[in-house]
Amino acid sequence: MAVLELDNISKHFGAIRALHDVSLSLEPGEVVGLMGDNGAGKSTLVKMIAGNFLPSTGNMRMDGKEIVLHRPVDARRHGIEIVHQDLALCNNLTAAANVFLGRELRKGVGPFSVLDYQGMYRRAGELFGDLKSETRPRDLIKQMSGGQRQAVAIARTMLSQAKIVLMDEPTAAISVRQVAEVLNHIKHLRDQGIAIVLISHRMPDVFTVGDRVVVLRRGRKVADKRIAQSSPEEVTGLITGAIEQA
Amino acid sequence: MTVTLEQTIAKRQHSWSSSLLSSQTFWVTIAILCAGVFLSLETSAFLTPQNLFNITRNFTFTAIIALGMTFVIITGGIDLSVGSVLCLCSMVIATTMHAGAPIEVGILAALLAGLAIGLFNGVLVAYLGFPSFVVTLGMLSAARSFAMIASNNMTVFQFGPDHDKLLFLGGGSVHLLGVTVSLPVIYTLVLAAITGFILRWTRFGRHVFAIGGNEQAATLAGIPVKPIKVAVFMISAGSAAIAGIVETGWLGAVTTNLGTGMELQVIAAAVIGGASLIGGAGTALGALVGALLIEIVRNSMGLLGINPFWQGTVIGLAILVAVAFERVRQLRFKD
Repeated sequence: MAVLELDNISKHFGAIRALHDVSLSLEPGEVVGLMGDNGAGKSTLVKMIAGNFLPSTGNMRMDGKEIVLHRPVDARRHGIEIVHQDLALCNNLTAAANVFLGRELRKGVGPFSVLDYQGMYRRAGELFGDLKSETRPRDLIKQMSGGQRQAVAIARTMLSQAKIVLMDEPTAAISVRQVAEVLNHIKHLRDQGIAIVLISHRMPDVFTVGDRVVVLRRGRKVADKRIAQSSPEEVTGLITGAIEQA
Repeated sequence: MTVTLEQTIAKRQHSWSSSLLSSQTFWVTIAILCAGVFLSLETSAFLTPQNLFNITRNFTFTAIIALGMTFVIITGGIDLSVGSVLCLCSMVIATTMHAGAPIEVGILAALLAGLAIGLFNGVLVAYLGFPSFVVTLGMLSAARSFAMIASNNMTVFQFGPDHDKLLFLGGGSVHLLGVTVSLPVIYTLVLAAITGFILRWTRFGRHVFAIGGNEQAATLAGIPVKPIKVAVFMISAGSAAIAGIVETGWLGAVTTNLGTGMELQVIAAAVIGGASLIGGAGTALGALVGALLIEIVRNSMGLLGINPFWQGTVIGLAILVAVAFERVRQLRFKD
């Protein structure tokens, strides 16, 4: 059964139609590459799933039940996590502090509870271990490589029982070796049964880890097919409009 | 390849010794100790119980506000109004007690006045997006003018029926382990302990650092950024109110000149103690040692018979050294 279904979602901002009748379904443990040129509606779609704003028309269902996401916290409560393009990390804090940002563990009773440093170091360490990342919980973000920062941002999504992880350009602006690291993190999330939406400009990434590719052009969905049945050439054609529909 | 999870978690980037060596607070403490040794050898007046009593009392007013200011600075803001707020709150307690109110009412009125100003500053910064520099610059001017209005620009030195209680509150001292310690020192140490606890062990403290590190990230993580920003300005103004109450008791008289230029001394103390004006760094202990260093400079130049006009130069140098220290650390991280 699909974990998330979008039904004929449209979004307009005044006269501008950002999305037009887009339907999409996500299965657990599936990596969907979301591609399209700038302004095609990728980030509008993702922001809607992340609860940044409501669709103008159409509805969303999660596990078969209709959901309305007024704010980002609503999305998080439903198990939708997002890795932002700029990662949204605090450079002055440790890796563990960033993983637990806004969800800090505490120990003690009621008003006498204090931050549970040991507990957070331990849990963050386990998550980095799961990701096969060399990131260390006590290290400061400002001393980390791009790949390690990605691991922190991804570990954050694993803190709660996420069902869907939205990743906005996770491989932009990092080195080749680190790209491989990040793609491994994505595979790891997938193996845990999490559905992943991977927004990317990089064709090789989508074709390496993706199960399906969805192409948006000028607010419409023009393709939604298995990776195995598509090719980078076809997707390029769909993105630019050389191929009308697939 | 047999690194266990335990080892990875326990792994620190720096050992205790090297993190101590890279701590600004540590070096300022060393500077204070060196100055202390030098002054004890150079002048017989320095290491006397009376002089140490004076130094520790005099630094408290700057230190108390520096503790509150540290919260604002960590979030990446600044509060220029604290000197004027101190004056206003002094005037509030002085005039209410002069009018016959008991000391409890006077203290409450002064605290409320301070918190109200902090609330106003904070709301303008957090909810209306005004730069904190400009908001508090305006308040620097306004709060002192309120103090003049409240007192009709007169000196108040009669504090009604609880006059003696107020003088004891600010000017009293206690004997601890055979040493005479002024009460303001006790207040300062208690407030520093509370500040340190909040910054290190509470969610609120963690979120204050997060806002200073990356406000956008803090917002996305669901942290209530705006209420926290209001709270830090209330803490800062509240600490100015506390310092105002204590200083009123110590001086025994309040004029509308009280606390003029104090905001810069307070900010200097916080910066010397390692707070970063771009936000994201600062400690309670740092605020204390920064304030202490400034007071020792002031005190020692008097004892050494150096023209007091040089004080500003030495404090200015200390600020530059502190900032240079921070720069060096940043450059090292880039490698």
